[in-house]
Amino acid sequence: MTAGETHRAIEATFRIERARLIAGLARLVRDIDRAEEMAQDALVIALAEWPRAGIPANPGAWLMTAAKRRAIDTIRRDTMRSRKHAEIARELDGAVDDPAEAIEASMDDDLGDELLGLLFTACHPILSAEARAALTLRVIGGLTTDEIARAFLSNEPAIAQRIVRAKKTIGKAGLAFAVPRGAERAARLASVLEVIYLIFNEGYAATAGEDLVRPSLCMEAQRLGRILAGLMPQDAEVFGLLALMEIQASRLHARTGPDGALLTLTEQDRSRWDRLLIRRGLDALARAEALGGADGPYALQAALAACHARAARAEDTDWPRIASLYDRLRGVMPSPVVDLNRAVAHCMAFGPEAGLKLVDQLADAAALRNYAPLPAARGDFLFRAGRLTEARAEFEAAAKLTRNAREAAFLTARAEACGA
Amino acid sequence: MRVMVFMKASEDTENGIPPAAEAFAAMDRFTEELVHAGVLVAGAGLKPSASAKRILVDGAARTVIDRPFAEAREMVAGFSIWEVKDMDEALAWARRCPNIMAVPSTVELWPFLESENLAAQREGERGRLGVA
Repeated sequence: MTAGETHRAIEATFRIERARLIAGLARLVRDIDRAEEMAQDALVIALAEWPRAGIPANPGAWLMTAAKRRAIDTIRRDTMRSRKHAEIARELDGAVDDPAEAIEASMDDDLGDELLGLLFTACHPILSAEARAALTLRVIGGLTTDEIARAFLSNEPAIAQRIVRAKKTIGKAGLAFAVPRGAERAARLASVLEVIYLIFNEGYAATAGEDLVRPSLCMEAQRLGRILAGLMPQDAEVFGLLALMEIQASRLHARTGPDGALLTLTEQDRSRWDRLLIRRGLDALARAEALGGADGPYALQAALAACHARAARAEDTDWPRIASLYDRLRGVMPSPVVDLNRAVAHCMAFGPEAGLKLVDQLADAAALRNYAPLPAARGDFLFRAGRLTEARAEFEAAAKLTRNAREAAFLTARAEACGA
Repeated sequence: MRVMVFMKASEDTENGIPPAAEAFAAMDRFTEELVHAGVLVAGAGLKPSASAKRILVDGAARTVIDRPFAEAREMVAGFSIWEVKDMDEALAWARRCPNIMAVPSTVELWPFLESENLAAQREGERGRLGVA
């Protein structure tokens, strides 16, 4: 191998180990910044030693040992024994006076759930959802602040600031970098899942082609979901979320037309759906259901996505099943938007009258007052029922409400198709 | 990016000689590591070429061929699909894949032709189909 190749091989190995390394070190020193510095020190040592000695058989353990030894050296050199180090030592083990000894004592610790502990800490509800997402992408995903800024259509200083503040908040709260137990665990897991799905949607909502970093956010979220599924194989909603993301991602490349416009499920070329991801999604969904989680909000949304994934042609879609899934989703995740989608499903399954009946119950929902999809759906139901004059009025109202020019043109065309 | 990993066959795999128990255990640990890193997308081992079929496609003709196909190292004993950031990462993982064979063997990494590559290759047709 040339020197350049060796260097790249070492960096790739470091990237693989980085999140686990930081997780282990963060639990030790209770400080993400310090853990990141220690990990970086370990990389520097590896870059000096591995070209001669070769990449070790267990690079993760090697890097962890190197990071800890370096920390010990620093502490030993530091004759002043700053308070901070004394603090670390106390937290590590009240009985040990020498902080270096304390770190040494922890060297053989099992790395088991440390990554999970870091993920739960980065997704702690004391942080805003945006801060949780940025910090997770940084420390678990290994993205640079610049990459995160581009992904969230923000600027680098703002994201860097957000991450610094998040780390400070975690430090002040004295979080233990551990996976919570008991009743707290479920609530905290919900927070982790929310962050992963937020990252996914941030990538999914973007239109393709403008910036390739954004679709790669979907991949990053899927990767986080897969990591979580590997670490928490008994939690149904983890698989529910994974299934939802895999199936939605299977359509990523079929979702846009030549002009960049989003295509509806009916318009998409289904031969371009990624069969491998669909298969993975269906497997994950089966796992969620086998674990007794069929009625979890993520599993239900995944089951809805699966109905479309299973239909080879749009006309093969099992609308009665979709309607019944929305009936159930409404129970666990009540929202006017779910209700509106439910009305659409009932229209497709049982005819426009069924859809109209449900959508009319929504007419007064405050959240939907200026929501273009509501009159658009109502217009569609009326159109299907042959009530063209009323349909036209609804399409026109919807066209006025939407802020998307393409959507407005589409709705205006539908209004015109209703005749005078 | 996704990478197809081919574990090439050896005389042992062709003769149906199973790897030692320790080798299986090492492979399981490696697979678990891939899962925990969110890298493993799919994977499976394949039966020896005795149960494989080869179909020659030539114009409209289809000819089915049974073994023998070729040398063992030209055949595939197993595959997996990895999701990684780049080929360097794929290589780093491949380097730590345990050797479960008693004889020398080969692992190959083939990056997927993803939709963006396809779009560039088949631009005219893509435009007509109304896809990116």
